[in-house]
Amino acid sequence: MNPRTRLWLVATGGAGLAALLVAACLRLPDFGGDRHPYGDRAVRASLERHVANTVASVNFDQRAFDTLGELTILFAAVLGCMVLLRQTRDEHRAPPEPADVALPVRRYALLVLPVALLTGLYVVAHGQLSPGGGFQGGVVAATALHLLYLGADYRALERVRPIGPYEAGDALATSAYLVTGVAGLIGGSAFLANTLLPYGMFNTLASGGTVPLLNAAVGMEVACAVVVLLAGFLDQAVEIVEEGEDGERDDDGHDHEEPGK
Amino acid sequence: MTAVLHVLPYLVAAWVFLAGAYGLATSRNLIHAVGCLSVCQAATYVLLLAVGYRDGATAPVFSDMAPGTRPVVDPVVQALALTDVVVGATVTALLLALVVQVAKRHGTVDPDELTELRG
Repeated sequence: MNPRTRLWLVATGGAGLAALLVAACLRLPDFGGDRHPYGDRAVRASLERHVANTVASVNFDQRAFDTLGELTILFAAVLGCMVLLRQTRDEHRAPPEPADVALPVRRYALLVLPVALLTGLYVVAHGQLSPGGGFQGGVVAATALHLLYLGADYRALERVRPIGPYEAGDALATSAYLVTGVAGLIGGSAFLANTLLPYGMFNTLASGGTVPLLNAAVGMEVACAVVVLLAGFLDQAVEIVEEGEDGERDDDGHDHEEPGK
Repeated sequence: MTAVLHVLPYLVAAWVFLAGAYGLATSRNLIHAVGCLSVCQAATYVLLLAVGYRDGATAPVFSDMAPGTRPVVDPVVQALALTDVVVGATVTALLLALVVQVAKRHGTVDPDELTELRG
């Protein structure tokens, strides 16, 4: 199909879709309206179970089963990326070169790294109390580790994050979520039902029954998944080279054998 | 005027979606196409949060506010938007991994030049 025909096709289809979307928008309830029946019920259920952050209650209690599906998507995507970004037969690993980092960048990155890591863990831990939770905090914690790549170099990053344990952590966290769900089943109610643990005192770290547990499992899974994903992409960019591309990377000219394979 | 304001956020969502779809259809670079898909997905965040908004309301978090003192926005759609963000990020990662492989095997990231299937 030539570009002109394609543009006409897109314009026709797009105009039709735009008309339908506008017609649909005009029939939606008014923006900012006061009628939110599901929202009101979710808030009530959340307060009954002593969870201060209603969004966490929706994610890890009322819709905990959907979050399991979401975790599975994340897990499958990480698995897919690992398969797609693996080292193929016609590639080998060149050890990354040490890189010079400007002193202010290095200082700033090393200063901020512990603060960012702690912030990530804080956001995970307070998931059921304040805005945030496992998903957000996990990403912050995983990103914090990568400040080491900016502040030092790739070899330093590889030393603090061997991929194996993070892959295992990803799988373990998913299993922990499942086990918590099964515990609810064995405990006499339903899969992932929040009836097992006492709800605790409102607005404390231990409140909310199984919500903090599921939240922590999600935080661990997301942090591990982000580390593993970024490692896959960074390996492709920094370490993995095709055969016959040595000259660009190594000045000393000797071949690097694939380590330990 | 208020009638327009009552639907404006929904129309913004529709516009963002169509802009992303146009980018996808006319893209000459697979990385750009993945970005366009993210734009399409961003439209769903706007739509979800617009659906859940309530005039004069605050976040549905009761750690520093007694329940019932202020109206809160709909937490269900906020949780859905969170799900949306996570799924969007994983899909983007998977697609970018595919693009890396396409670039390596075919030496191009222009979808128009990827006409034949090769092993």
